Amino acid sequence: MNSGWKIQRGPLIAAAAVMGLLPLLTSNVNLQHILILLVMYAGLGEAWNIVTGLAGQTSFGHSAFFGIGAYAAAVAYWKYGASPWIGMAVGSLIAAAVAAAISYPVFRLEGKYFSIATLAFGEIVLQIFKSWDYVDGATGIIIPVAPASLLNFQFHGLKIPYFYIAYAIFLVSLVTFLAVERSRFGLYLKAIKNNQDAAMSLGINPAKYKLMSMVVSAAITALFGSFYAQYILYIDPFMVFSLDLSLKIVLLTVLGGLGSVWGPILGSALLIPLSEYTRISMGGTGKGIDLMVFGLLIMLVTSFRPKGIVGMLTARPRAAKGGA
Amino acid sequence: MEQAPLLSVRDLTMRFGSLLANDKVSFDVEKGQIVALIGPNGAGKTTCFSCLSGFYAPTSGKVRFDGHDTTGMKPYHTCRLGMTRTFQVVKTMGDMTVEENVLIGAFLRHPDMSTAKARAKEAMEATGMLHLAGKFGKSLTIADRKRLEITRALATEPKLLMLDETMAGLNPTETREAMDLCLKLKGRGITLIIVEHVMEAIMPISDKAIVLDSGRKIAEGRPSDIVRDEVVIKAYLGENYNAKS
Repeated sequence: MNSGWKIQRGPLIAAAAVMGLLPLLTSNVNLQHILILLVMYAGLGEAWNIVTGLAGQTSFGHSAFFGIGAYAAAVAYWKYGASPWIGMAVGSLIAAAVAAAISYPVFRLEGKYFSIATLAFGEIVLQIFKSWDYVDGATGIIIPVAPASLLNFQFHGLKIPYFYIAYAIFLVSLVTFLAVERSRFGLYLKAIKNNQDAAMSLGINPAKYKLMSMVVSAAITALFGSFYAQYILYIDPFMVFSLDLSLKIVLLTVLGGLGSVWGPILGSALLIPLSEYTRISMGGTGKGIDLMVFGLLIMLVTSFRPKGIVGMLTARPRAAKGGA
Repeated sequence: MEQAPLLSVRDLTMRFGSLLANDKVSFDVEKGQIVALIGPNGAGKTTCFSCLSGFYAPTSGKVRFDGHDTTGMKPYHTCRLGMTRTFQVVKTMGDMTVEENVLIGAFLRHPDMSTAKARAKEAMEATGMLHLAGKFGKSLTIADRKRLEITRALATEPKLLMLDETMAGLNPTETREAMDLCLKLKGRGITLIIVEHVMEAIMPISDKAIVLDSGRKIAEGRPSDIVRDEVVIKAYLGENYNAKS
């Protein structure tokens, strides 16, 4: 466990630093936009990876937490004139509370049934927001333009400030994943994933730790939702509660490497440019092509390397270690 | 008088639909003993373990452990009280190393990582697994997996350890090692209940044997008496087994 970390630490810090410097190398706003989405999805993947990669519970409902964060920031400013940062904090807390509330019944289900329940949960939240007058239902919210400032969370045409906010949240997500992975909590989650009965016989209450993992994951996911709302300045339920969003998080992490800190970074670096490229070059007709290509890639990669790209890259050193 | 038994089971009944897996089973286990729980396949031995450790909530009956009523308690609660089991079908955490497997057990009493690591190391030393610490669970042989189950359970610092067919499928040398390990654990003051089919292995090291058949307890006593018991010999041990040893 420790030796693996020592090998990984250097490259990981280097990769994170490179990601942080990339947007300064270009003045092309399209490229900067792609980089913003890239760090956002990498961060979403890290947060999702806590529940699914570590605890082994495949959630297809993470857009619910993302959307709650988005709406909290938007509503805070649009209805009450409060700083979106306050909305962000509140949204994160609400998402954590909702995660705890739904985890309690949903984690009684195992495996596929848990996944189906999270899928349904995401759809339910979408339906609620679609028909909720308080947030203007399906019409969505246009966030009023405010003078550009950090406090107002608006920078108008500038992409760089948005990038560094997303990057900061990505770092929060990355560090949280690493801290969890290397702690007693993380080992408990792995034990539950490996064998729930064995975990119980050794004194672990699986429901409790699965719930905790979901709460942590949801709180971080909501932060990105708030960021996204402020970045786009318009949200509607179909954007922020979409199954498409939940699926992207799942797919990029699985392709990159489930349960590995590298997984979401690699997956996002592949999927997001592909996704934005098809959107820009093909417009409306290109919708879904990115996911089709991605689905194909996942089928290919997981057929040969179930641990994703990370599994392909680490296959050799691991085999050497096993033989020693 | 003697102190209260560590474990006392009264009229334990477990019903699955129309199947009566345990039927009013009662017995006591004194502190420091090795108790053999024997009987033919389907006698209800594993069900009994599952009821005691909390994987099943018994239909009726009472279980008292170390002064607590543990009837129907969840496994993670009984484990905290000091009662841990292993599994007949080994449940190795395959994607975790041996050390990590054992750490999970050690965390129960020592949430702090460095203390837990030290305790895990002690447990691995005690069972002779330290040289395998860095191996992944899934790469172990079946004998080592069974040993890992015991090591992991040992790391929770149990008062009572319930071993479910730890010796099944082992070769004679491995069986010998497993017997020695059981005696070593007894020497550390751990009480053991052992479900076992390998009579030659379990009878010599046990202080008491309890015989189940079709969910009912049909005999209880010193192993040397049990192996002479006509009913037990005929019904469960087979005609060929006798008390020569």
